[in-house]
Amino acid sequence: MGNTLRSKWKTYYKYWPLMLLMLPGLIYLFINNYLPMLGMFIAFKNVNFTQGIWGSDWVGFKNFEYLFKTSDAYIITRNTILYNAVFIVLGTILAIIFAILLNEVRKKILSRFYQSIIVLPHLISYVVVGYLAYAAFSMESGFMNKTILPLFGIDPISWYTEPKYWPYILTLVNLWKSVGFSCIIYLASIISIDHEYYEAAKLDGASKWQQIRAITIPLITPVIVMLTLLSIGRIFYSDFGLFYQVPMNTGMLSDATNVIDTYVYRSLMVMGDIGMASAAGVYQSIVGFILVLSANFIVRKINRENALF
Amino acid sequence: MALDHKGINIVANVILSLFAAACIIPFCLLIISSLSSEQSIIQNGYSFFPEQFSLKAYEYLWIHKLEIGRAYGITVLITVIGTVVSLAITSMLAYPLSRRDMPLARLWTFLVFFTLLFNGGLVPTYLVYTQTFDLKNTIFGLLIPGLLMNGFNVLLVRTFFLTSIPPALIEAASIDGAGEIKIFYRIILPLSLPIMATIGLFQAIAYWNDWFNGLIYLTDTNLFGIQTVLTKMIMDIQFLTSNSSAAGTGASQAIAQLPSTSVRMAIAAIGVLPILIAYPFFQKYFVKGITIGAVK
Repeated sequence: MGNTLRSKWKTYYKYWPLMLLMLPGLIYLFINNYLPMLGMFIAFKNVNFTQGIWGSDWVGFKNFEYLFKTSDAYIITRNTILYNAVFIVLGTILAIIFAILLNEVRKKILSRFYQSIIVLPHLISYVVVGYLAYAAFSMESGFMNKTILPLFGIDPISWYTEPKYWPYILTLVNLWKSVGFSCIIYLASIISIDHEYYEAAKLDGASKWQQIRAITIPLITPVIVMLTLLSIGRIFYSDFGLFYQVPMNTGMLSDATNVIDTYVYRSLMVMGDIGMASAAGVYQSIVGFILVLSANFIVRKINRENALF
Repeated sequence: MALDHKGINIVANVILSLFAAACIIPFCLLIISSLSSEQSIIQNGYSFFPEQFSLKAYEYLWIHKLEIGRAYGITVLITVIGTVVSLAITSMLAYPLSRRDMPLARLWTFLVFFTLLFNGGLVPTYLVYTQTFDLKNTIFGLLIPGLLMNGFNVLLVRTFFLTSIPPALIEAASIDGAGEIKIFYRIILPLSLPIMATIGLFQAIAYWNDWFNGLIYLTDTNLFGIQTVLTKMIMDIQFLTSNSSAAGTGASQAIAQLPSTSVRMAIAAIGVLPILIAYPFFQKYFVKGITIGAVK
C-alpha cells in the first residue's frame, strides 16, 4: 500500500515541470471561468450592499419570479431566438451560395481577392460598425435619408426612433459582418471534394447546375448540418455588440433590439439591479447549456466524428 | 437553364464583385466623410462625393494629440502585452495536455473543454473581477477579463501538438538529457510557429477591437483605449440628441461641445486604419486561420 502510493507520488513528482507549465493557464481558467460559475448562486440572493454581496440573504427563486412576471422576459427570449433563427437560416443559405460561386471563379487570383475582401467586415469592431450604421441611417445626415430615399421621392425616415425597421437593419448588418466568414468555411469543404466526381459527371454530360445539385450540395451537407446544429446550440446567446452598438443603445428601440445579453448588461450596469440581471444570466446559462448538450447529442447521432464530445 | 462553364464563371464574378463592393464601400464612406468639411456633411449628409474636402477633422485630432495619442498608446500596449501573454499561457497549458503520458491529462482537458459549454455569465464575472479582485478602473480590467486565454485556443494548440509533433522527438530529447521545460521552449515552440502565428493574429485583433471590457470595467477616461473612446462618444451623442428636447438648453450646449461629425469619423478611421493597412500582409493567414478554427 505504502509502496504503490510512493510510486504514484514518484510519477507525479517526475511531471512537476509540466504541472508548473500548466499552472498559469489553469489559474486563469479558475478565476475567469470557474469562480463565476460558482458565483451564479448570487441569483438566489437578495443582494444588499450593507451585508456585502456574498453575505446577503437567500431568497430562493424570488428573483426569477420577478423576472418572469415582467413582459421583458418574454420579449428578450423571443428576440434572442427569432433573430438568431433568421441569422442562421439566411446566413447559411447566403454563405453556401457565395461559396459555390467562389469555387466557380476560374482565375485563382480573383477568387483569392474576393475571399480577402468579403472577410474584411468580420475584422472590425462593432463600435466602428455602429459608426458605419449611423452614417447610413442618421436622421439629419444619413446616407439613406439624404441620398437614397430622395432618389425614390420618399420622405426622410427617423430610423433611430422607429422599432419596426430594426429587425431588417440588424439582420442586414449581421449578414454583412458574418456571411463572408462562414462562406470561407463552406468553401474549404467544397474544395476538399474529390475532383473525380465532377470529371465523371462531365463525361455523362451533366450541366454545371446538375453538378452543383447532385455532387456539391450532398457532399457538403454533413458540414452544413454540423455547423447549423452548433449554431442552434448557441441560439440563446447573441452578439452583444450587434444589439448594443448598432442601435446605439437607444431606449425607444428596445422592443425590437433588446436581447438577453443586452438585458443582463442594462440591469447590471445601468439599473444596478443585480437580482434581475443575475436571474436573467442564470436563465441564459442553464437553457444555453441544455441546448448545447442537445445539439451535440443530435450531431453525435448523425455522425460521431463531427460531434464536439 | 443550361449554364455552361463560361456562363457560370461570368455570373460568379458579377455576383461576387457586387458582394465584395458591398463589403468595402462602407469603409470608403467612413474615410471620405472624415475628409469632408463639416459644412458639406450638414448640407448633403454623408456622401461619397462631398462638395468640399477638408483636413479640419485631422487637424482637430492633431490639436488633441495628447488624449488621442494616449488612447492609441493604451490600445497598442494592451494588444501587444495581451497577445504575448496569451500565447505564452495558452501554449504552456496546451503542451502538457497533449502529452499522452501526462497524469490526469484527460481531467485537465475536460476542465478546459467544459468552459466552452458553460459559463457563469456577465453578473458573477463582473462581481468576481470587481469585488474579489479589484480590477475596476485599472489597466488590468482591459487586459484580463475574458480575453487573455480561451479554452478553444488551448484545444486548437493541443490538437496541433498531438498531430504534428512526433512523440519520438520528445523521447529522444529526453534521453539526451533535456529537461521538460527545455524541451518545451527549444523543440516544441519552434515547431509550432504556424499555429502560434494564427492564434496570435486572432488574439491581436480581439484585443485591438475590444470595447466591452472598457465599457464595463472603466469609468476613468484616462485609461480608455481607442475603441472605448469611440463607444463613449457615440453613446453620448445618442443620449444627448434623444433627450435634447426634454433637457433644454443644457443639452444643446453639451451637443455643441461634442466633436463634429467629421471628427468622429476621423477617430473611427484611425481606429480601423491600422487593421486595414496591415490587412494585405496578413490576409493570407487570416483566411486560412478561419478554416483551422472551424474544423477543430
